[in-house]
Amino acid sequence: MGLIERIVSKAIGKNVSAGEIVVVNIDAVYAQDGTAPLVIDVVEKELELRKKIAAERAYFFIDHSSPAPHVAAATVHKEMRRFAKEYGVKLFDVGYGISHQVVVEDGLVRPGMIVVGADSHTPTIGAIGVYATGVGSTDAAIAMMFGVLWLKIPETVKVTLTGSLPKGVMSKDIALNIIGNVKTDGMLGKAVEFRGDTLKELSIDSRMTLTNMCTEMSAESAIIPVDNVTRNWLAERGYNVYREVDWEKEDGYVDEIVIDVSKLEPLVAAPPDVDNVKSVAEVDGVEVDQVFIGSCTNGRLEDIEIAARILHGRRVKEGVRCIVSPASRKVYLEALRRGYIDVLANAGCIIAPPTCGPCVGAHMGLLAAGEVAVATTNRNFPGRMGHRDSKVYLSSPAVAAATAIEGRIADPRKYLL
Amino acid sequence: MIRGKCWKLGDNISTDHIISGKYKFEAINDINKMAIHVLEDVIPGFYKLVSKGDVIVGGRNFGKGSSREHAPRLLKLVGVGAVVAKSFAHIFYRNAVNIGLPVIVAKRIPDVSETGDVIEISVVEGYIKNVTKGIEERFTPFPREVLAILEAGGVVEYIKRFGGLPWSRNIG
Repeated sequence: MGLIERIVSKAIGKNVSAGEIVVVNIDAVYAQDGTAPLVIDVVEKELELRKKIAAERAYFFIDHSSPAPHVAAATVHKEMRRFAKEYGVKLFDVGYGISHQVVVEDGLVRPGMIVVGADSHTPTIGAIGVYATGVGSTDAAIAMMFGVLWLKIPETVKVTLTGSLPKGVMSKDIALNIIGNVKTDGMLGKAVEFRGDTLKELSIDSRMTLTNMCTEMSAESAIIPVDNVTRNWLAERGYNVYREVDWEKEDGYVDEIVIDVSKLEPLVAAPPDVDNVKSVAEVDGVEVDQVFIGSCTNGRLEDIEIAARILHGRRVKEGVRCIVSPASRKVYLEALRRGYIDVLANAGCIIAPPTCGPCVGAHMGLLAAGEVAVATTNRNFPGRMGHRDSKVYLSSPAVAAATAIEGRIADPRKYLL
Repeated sequence: MIRGKCWKLGDNISTDHIISGKYKFEAINDINKMAIHVLEDVIPGFYKLVSKGDVIVGGRNFGKGSSREHAPRLLKLVGVGAVVAKSFAHIFYRNAVNIGLPVIVAKRIPDVSETGDVIEISVVEGYIKNVTKGIEERFTPFPREVLAILEAGGVVEYIKRFGGLPWSRNIG
């Protein structure tokens, strides 16, 4: 039995195995301004329900087109505020932060929980031992209204990480390495469970990047067992109440991948897909018009910190836009307190509010035809960040910051002496 | 019984292909306004060309990408009767079942079918037939409960009719 099967078995009080469809109680459910409009329609126009929702487990996030870039988005946001108030959904308004970041940071999700989000990157929160999966709006509406959902338990693939990350190589590079090997449908119908000695050296920030990117392998879920790193992180924030399962046991896998991370180098995913992975050396010199550091993949404190270290005392290349968007207000405030924002603004970066906007092509940093960007985000499909003839290279924040300095894709290691 | 014309697509058709994020956010408060853009970069003018009951035949990992339920809803809205593919992204699959759009995993039909072929499907009996080519394939039957949702026309209709999910009818 893999970790996810153990979490579900504990929750429903009987042993389940991969492939089974079960109806489970959902501990937390959320939707964002891309998916919430349909949640509202399903509840009010399709189910035609008028009842209070358990506000302690249902959340709305205004994080995709935030602040509203046009009247259509403003109208959606207004509807979300109205619905949240009327039905009792807890709303995280413009500027609070990106859903996956906030639910972890604010302690709304805890180890051992079963959580769904109407956002495909919901597996991100598996970094703290949560069984989390992305769903659509109808599922989110049902989970909000009734507190239950049907789930088909995925098979688990174990990914064992060994060794220490070299300087300038980040957990994003581990994720890109895996996707380059297994390809974008490599984990279809499966969940990824991370194991191995490297985890001891990976912060919760780094872990969330790993689990976030599992969505790009088509994994249904991703999970990292609770260990001392997680326990300390939880204890520091007073999040001591959570469900214990046997985190240590390594069992029930359909496949295993072993990666020696000490052999990795900085990587990028070149367009047109996330599995088109190359070393930075292979694309060295590709000129860029824009750099984006942020999103639910790499907008955390550690990501802003490395960007600030690299850009400290240096300048963003003339003619290049470098947008930095912290993943939440808490990240923003801590980055301010530590002086990172000051460093980045002085280097010529544009500091944006927390938003998914540039990543999803919604607003703030769209690309024109023929433009090239390096982004710390999770998708580089054609047209993802703007015009269908623009190009997006995905990278770690270290590669992104080095690229901002040179105006062409660059190896960050030379700036990290 | 579903019967219609085949629209053949390749591997890895993403939710961005089906409805680009930029339209989703421009027309975010009205899904009907997005319909003219469905699959536009893959089959220009698709919304005008498609007829009721037509079948999309894709390759591997159909519907990969975001959780946007607009993708299967728009396909259904413009008349698509079913999607057949070698494999589906799990959120797309769930969303399609939930809104009552049959999604069928097939091994052979995606390889032998071409745009314009006539496709016939029975979700109850569990077969897909390429009538033009005279090739039939049986598929793994849906679990009873999933079939019940599809037959009801989606999970919302099921809940309204029976007061719960088919696995446990005592919700809410």
